[in-house]
Amino acid sequence: MRRLVHVAAGLLTLLSLTHTLTTGLDDRTVALSFGLLVALGELTRWSGPESREAAPLAAAGALSYALLGETAGRATHHGALQVVAVVLAATLVGCVPHVARGQGPTADHLARRVLTAGFAAVCFQPLYNQGVFEAWGGPAYVLLLVALLGLTSLCDAVLAAALAHSRTGWPFGPLLRDELRATLGIGTAVCATGVVMALAVAVVGLWALPVFSLPLLLTQLSFRRYAAVRATYRQTIASLARATEIAGYTPAGHARRVAVLSRAVGRELGLSEPQLTVLEYAALMHDIGQLSLVDPVPAGATAVLPMEEQRRIALLGGAVVRQTGVAAAVAVVVERQADPYREQPVSARIVRAVNAYEEKVWEAGADGPLRALEELRLGTGRDYQPEVVESLARVLARNGGAVHERIG
Amino acid sequence: MRSITPWARVYVVCVALGAVLCAAPVSLAHAPWGAVALFAALCAACERLAVGRFGGSRGYEGPGAAGSGGAGGGPPRWHTPVLLAGAFLLPPAAAALVPLPGALLVRGGERTPWPRRLWRAGQLGIGAWTASRVHWSLGGPEAVESAGFPYALLAAGAAVVAFCLVLAVLDGGILALAERVPVRLAWRGLFVRSLVPVGVHGLAGLMMAVLWRGPYGPLAALLVLLPMWVSWWVFAQYHRERAAHQATIRALVQAVDIKDGYTRGHSERVGQASMMIARELGMDDERVEVLRFAGILHDVGKLGVPTRLLRKDGPLTPEERRVIELHPEYGDEIVRGIGFLGEARSAILHHHERLDGSGYPYGLVGAQIPESARVVAVADAFDAMTSTRSYSRARPVPVALAELERCAGSQFDPVMVRALVRAVGRGDGWHPAVTADSPQSRRVHPPTPPVSGLSSTSPDGVPGPVSRKGAVR
Repeated sequence: MRRLVHVAAGLLTLLSLTHTLTTGLDDRTVALSFGLLVALGELTRWSGPESREAAPLAAAGALSYALLGETAGRATHHGALQVVAVVLAATLVGCVPHVARGQGPTADHLARRVLTAGFAAVCFQPLYNQGVFEAWGGPAYVLLLVALLGLTSLCDAVLAAALAHSRTGWPFGPLLRDELRATLGIGTAVCATGVVMALAVAVVGLWALPVFSLPLLLTQLSFRRYAAVRATYRQTIASLARATEIAGYTPAGHARRVAVLSRAVGRELGLSEPQLTVLEYAALMHDIGQLSLVDPVPAGATAVLPMEEQRRIALLGGAVVRQTGVAAAVAVVVERQADPYREQPVSARIVRAVNAYEEKVWEAGADGPLRALEELRLGTGRDYQPEVVESLARVLARNGGAVHERIG
Repeated sequence: MRSITPWARVYVVCVALGAVLCAAPVSLAHAPWGAVALFAALCAACERLAVGRFGGSRGYEGPGAAGSGGAGGGPPRWHTPVLLAGAFLLPPAAAALVPLPGALLVRGGERTPWPRRLWRAGQLGIGAWTASRVHWSLGGPEAVESAGFPYALLAAGAAVVAFCLVLAVLDGGILALAERVPVRLAWRGLFVRSLVPVGVHGLAGLMMAVLWRGPYGPLAALLVLLPMWVSWWVFAQYHRERAAHQATIRALVQAVDIKDGYTRGHSERVGQASMMIARELGMDDERVEVLRFAGILHDVGKLGVPTRLLRKDGPLTPEERRVIELHPEYGDEIVRGIGFLGEARSAILHHHERLDGSGYPYGLVGAQIPESARVVAVADAFDAMTSTRSYSRARPVPVALAELERCAGSQFDPVMVRALVRAVGRGDGWHPAVTADSPQSRRVHPPTPPVSGLSSTSPDGVPGPVSRKGAVR
């Protein structure tokens, strides 16, 4: 699947480059200006762990060039292939500093940019150049552009989900849902900006580009700061979680391992991105209640304590978590982690099973994983949900025991 | 808004009357009523949406920040592009009408009192009128109509500057009268801070105005609002996340409190004292903030010390003392993953070092000790002396300062001690407000004999009783 997308993008690129090189650029100034905009947007992109659209200004610039019909009242003549060529060249130019720093864009990113811009341009430019839209009134034309971009972003979401699916092996449905939800957020801004820029250039000419990119740069800046504060927030939560390890209540790296594994299991079970965040935070902080114990539980193994004691620790933990300002759902998960699974919310079931698994593996040593899973299966009558345990087994089998997912 | 002074009421009424005067000649101006109604509705809708989506989020709508979009360092409110587009398109009197319905009718977060609504309406009305007046007198509307571009930018820029200027002047007035900010401080920075964000929103407003007059009509103009809306939404998210982050830092500190009952509130007070010292030394705001975090988190490593040891009443054995003295290293280990702390990490690791090299964990001497650690060490000792502990009674502030000065040079950096003395001595003195420090939570332990041990200081670096000072010198 992934190879198919890459090959399609490569073919489109090849075709558009040869076409543009043989026929030359139409409307040089316009092409250069839009190329500059895309390159600038690419230059100011950021690379965070969870950036769905890292360079919204570049994406908007590419889309508006694809939908550009006239500048300051004069019709333009560039075709769909030229759009792809210009966008690709500008993206590559803008990427140079990132590549130099070793954070270059992935092939997936480039393929998506090329295919999305190509889709919008192929839908619009041939029809426009044949004069199909000449009879349309102003508002109808605006609606047409909006509809076209809506379609484009739908395709983009499917493309992104498909790429992520074949890259990671996570289920396609939840990935597509997350992509579509992200499309509603910054995707809307990107599409609206693309339409507005195309229209504004049609009315006032190329002046519209700098005038309107400044507000969008503001959006991009906000996103960047948001991503930054989100990252520090995660780091702080992880530090809080490590406190129990340094205090000797739990083995080193326990909270982190439980968080990574819980997230993988949650993804397996089809939880959405916000639910996964709640799950991750809860898993990181699930042992925090032990800080109130005067003496540590041996090796932090709460799963072997009497039921009442486990509940008490869980409630103490919930009380600490409520003070941290994370969503109340996180505290609920921490509080209910020791309940029988039928009374638990699904995230708490996952945390409970994964925590027990981690503790058992820690105790058992060499053939730990298999034996731990076996013990969990024996406990599915009351303590652990069978579906969660099976999902955990699948996750472990798929990754050969090691789980790779970026968190924190 | 707290109790409103009579003068503030008079001021608000005057501003509102000013707005009415601005809008009064609207019947003579041949205003396009349809457009006025649409803009007013848009403005109100923006405000309504902002309240619905970001409701209850204090911070960007502090009384001073109302509408100016600057006083809190925040961006302009979301309706600013609509307001300015109205000013670019409509005659001045009609432009003054645009913000009124939204400001008067839309309820803010919980309960917006009438004076504040009146104030917002009046302020925005006058601002919009001024912007429109300036724009018209420069021939802006013709430039917008014909999309004559560099010139349209110039006219719009002048209008934005006028808008910011009026709002800043009015804002300063309300800060001085209602919030009792000293007059010489009330106007400081208001205008400059608002210029960039309002300017950017002004560009969006200009784009709206041009598209409105262009061949594609109002529908295209409305699309401009979408990216602005997303930008606002992200900004609100950013603030929410930041507040949550600060709560997490507090939770880290409270986790220490769970283990170590008697230091309640100590961390936050050390944070405040560190901040005072840093300000006094003229450090920039970012560093001051980092030092505040350093002070707050300096004892976070106590999470790694067994609770039994922390709560032990009575003398500690040398081994026990050695275990407690590991807490700076534990603290460094805990906050290792938090990127933004930077210099605060070394403060946490070295806040028990002494200038003469007799401190721990590394026994650094003089300038080898990071500056941040020297600040936190002074703040830590100061608060430990001025609050009641299990091993000692609280001492009065002057006594504590004298004690710090006596140990300056051997234990503490004299520069930091002098800075603290100056900061405490100036005006306000030392009245730390601590959230965790409610009367019930501040348990006073019965005084027990001073902790004995190898070093002459208590676990918090407080100089010991005078009789044992020989070891310090």
